[in-house]
Amino acid sequence: MGLTPATSPSSVTYDPPSQDGWVTTRLEFLVNWARANSLWPMPFGTACCAIEFMATAASRFDLARFGMERMSFSPRQADVLICAGRVPFKLAPVIRRIYQQMPQPKWVISMGACASTGGMFDNYAVVQGIDTIIPVDVYVPGCPPRPEALIYGIMMLQEKVKQQRSIANQQQYDEMTIDPTSKLYIPPSRIDELSEPFGNSVHQTRSAP
Amino acid sequence: MSVVLPGAALPQSTPDPVTPRHVPHHGGEANPSVDGLRVQFGPAIGRHDVMWGETTVWVDVTRIREVMLWLRDDPGQQYDYLVDVTAVEHRDLDLPLEMVWHVRSLPYRRFLRLKATLDKNAALEVASIEPVYKAANWLEREVFDMFGVHFTGHSDLRRILMWETYAEGHPLRKDFPLRGRFSRSEQLSQALAANPEARYSMEELSVADAFHELPADMRARLAASVRTGET
Amino acid sequence: MSTTTRTLDVALSTPTLGSDGTIRHVPLTADARGTLMPIDMAPGSEPDMGSERMLINIGPQHPATHGVLRLVLELDGETVIRCVPHVGYLHCGFEKIGEYRQYNQIIPWTDREDYLNSMGNNIAYALSAERLFGIEITPRCTVLRVIAMELSRIISHLVWLGTTAIDMGAFTPFLWTFQERETVYNLWESWVGARLTTSASRIGGMAADLPPGWIDGLKGFLRSLPKTLDETDRMLTRNGIWVGRTVGIGVMSAAEAINYGLSGPLLRAAGVAYDVRKDVPYLDYETYDWDIAVGTKGDVYDRYLVRMEEMRQSVRIIEQAIARLPDGPINVDDPRVILPPKRKATSEMESMIHHFKLVMEGPRPPVGECYVATESPKGEKGYYLVSDGTSKPVRWRIRPPAFVNLSAISKMAEGHLLSDVIVINASIDIVMGEIDR
Repeated sequence: MGLTPATSPSSVTYDPPSQDGWVTTRLEFLVNWARANSLWPMPFGTACCAIEFMATAASRFDLARFGMERMSFSPRQADVLICAGRVPFKLAPVIRRIYQQMPQPKWVISMGACASTGGMFDNYAVVQGIDTIIPVDVYVPGCPPRPEALIYGIMMLQEKVKQQRSIANQQQYDEMTIDPTSKLYIPPSRIDELSEPFGNSVHQTRSAP
Repeated sequence: MSVVLPGAALPQSTPDPVTPRHVPHHGGEANPSVDGLRVQFGPAIGRHDVMWGETTVWVDVTRIREVMLWLRDDPGQQYDYLVDVTAVEHRDLDLPLEMVWHVRSLPYRRFLRLKATLDKNAALEVASIEPVYKAANWLEREVFDMFGVHFTGHSDLRRILMWETYAEGHPLRKDFPLRGRFSRSEQLSQALAANPEARYSMEELSVADAFHELPADMRARLAASVRTGET
Repeated sequence: MSTTTRTLDVALSTPTLGSDGTIRHVPLTADARGTLMPIDMAPGSEPDMGSERMLINIGPQHPATHGVLRLVLELDGETVIRCVPHVGYLHCGFEKIGEYRQYNQIIPWTDREDYLNSMGNNIAYALSAERLFGIEITPRCTVLRVIAMELSRIISHLVWLGTTAIDMGAFTPFLWTFQERETVYNLWESWVGARLTTSASRIGGMAADLPPGWIDGLKGFLRSLPKTLDETDRMLTRNGIWVGRTVGIGVMSAAEAINYGLSGPLLRAAGVAYDVRKDVPYLDYETYDWDIAVGTKGDVYDRYLVRMEEMRQSVRIIEQAIARLPDGPINVDDPRVILPPKRKATSEMESMIHHFKLVMEGPRPPVGECYVATESPKGEKGYYLVSDGTSKPVRWRIRPPAFVNLSAISKMAEGHLLSDVIVINASIDIVMGEIDR
């Protein structure tokens, strides 16, 4: 819905192992190993999770041993976008722009409850999960997640990177463009009907928020 | 260089302030500035109330700037510090919107809350006190953004927390639902369409090298210092 | 046969970007010594660089803006003519959502706005709500809250110190200060279970009492912190680079600072001895023996000195508080706000109903409003609560010190260089969560 893949679905194929040479597999292993152990993060830190991210990068938990010593604040030189913190609607085009500026291969870690689902901010101002804007690879729950939790998420991403068929399957780098004309438009009166039971309301004093 | 000391206008014999204990809900000594205000402004000052140790004075909304100027400049008042400007809308929608100003006198160690009501059926307009306290600049912009109150005489009244072309309304009004008026995807579409780089204010664009590339009507508006396109 | 010499006119030119966006070629010529210069320049004349000013956008995603702040600068060369800050990139509707939550349920939101001072915010909000309810807290709670607030002030200033040093290129103090923060994180985790967003206070008391051995851990921290402060002091205070980059930068005079509504270290560095703890005291701060740090010039260097001294004064206050910490209950014995003990709630009917009502509906204050100001590390932080007698506030207003402080950046940055803007921004100690709420 609203997404047009660059090539038709039938052409996204997985190369059967018989066509895989031994050299390609070893090369892929090497490339993936190198990528996983030198992920340069782009810390898109907005709120409290950014402080825990800084604590993870500091000397007690030390992200440098994962190859993430160099925080790249320029998206052009980053591998993984770590969205740490809540993303309001005003910031949504900014994070979309930053993601588009990152060169392939790129991954996204959504750190914290607010980046994953909107967290405790279920209101008019906050994006309910950055996966509505950019594709996310790893979600790290917590409010804020402990540094150990973030490290677990990073290690999970490293596993994902190591399993990628980076040479055999080039289609993974094709980005699908969002169809700008497609949108799920619900008229406001229908929204009130749908969400009244769930509290998108002006009734402030009932017990369900 | 002399240090500015709060409480410097009080006589030496005044004891140092202490943590208030057992503050009554109603009653207690009113702030002496209330009497001064009544003498100076007469009928423009409505009732006053002492609640939880704080004095609230109701003023006529059309005279707020004079009142603030007098409170700041009169040697017996010296309310030199603006703490906050905000508004309150009550759950009973028939009640008017209340504007609230918190001011503090550092030399006299006093705190005063001024309130004025705005009729919701008329235009929500108040004189800006930015000429009196520079602190009011952003505070009034926020009240405008969240409540839709226009501050006349403000140097730069545009939205500050939401983006400038935000179309859903004024969020802190009671008739604005918690999750907004549009569907989530519509909110996303509108947010993503608000190109952040296009959000330069008129004065900023006048500086840019790209002035000649602006459309002609925009250049004409800039030349005439007209504020449009930003609500 | 005649030889002809042909002179090739080699078009020397340099491409430049003209003001209409097209590429122009400026014809060059060479003088006798071979130095290239534009053709329409008479030898000996000054090049007319034009009075073209640049518009530069910093942020909202930028490492040195301490959050999602967008600064638009009008530059003449490297000098800032005008600086326009744009905020709102972290606006999350705190005040709106506060109208839909019970008074105790708002406490986790107070953590998230100024997330560096979460315990301080929790307690500031609890003070305001308790005033609205008309509740007096217990002596043990009073002293414990002082300890918590001062610890919170210390760790907020430690973050400020580390990030400001990083902005100016000194990377190591960041690691030292964050290591100290880890000690406090351990303390908080053992007390309330969370490192950063503590939600430690409740209306009428605290979420939990101290675990055994907590005070010893705190004393250990108070022994190690001054050493770190001394180390950072030795590294920075008389360092030529640090002094050169901070003295005389971003000056605000006392009268300007008061009119702009600045508070906290910015106001004190300008020479105004206003500290909410001394002038509008709460939690018995007037009974402790401590001093306010006041600066003279109002520049970035003075703000740095004020914050360093504030950390040392906080250590002093905490030591006095530990000495006088009384035993006793931590929560006030008021059934309107405090849940009954669990063993009663699970066995007696009335306690169960009481528990149910307090959790489902929430405590209800009398009709009224109040504003209680506290001194957060950023400045005067207050919560203005308006109640209509129901369990959810009509209005929850956060008086954001960093918001008002940041509005003065356009005044502070005028006339300074581009790199000074970063230093000034760091010295304001902004927290976008509080600014945008």
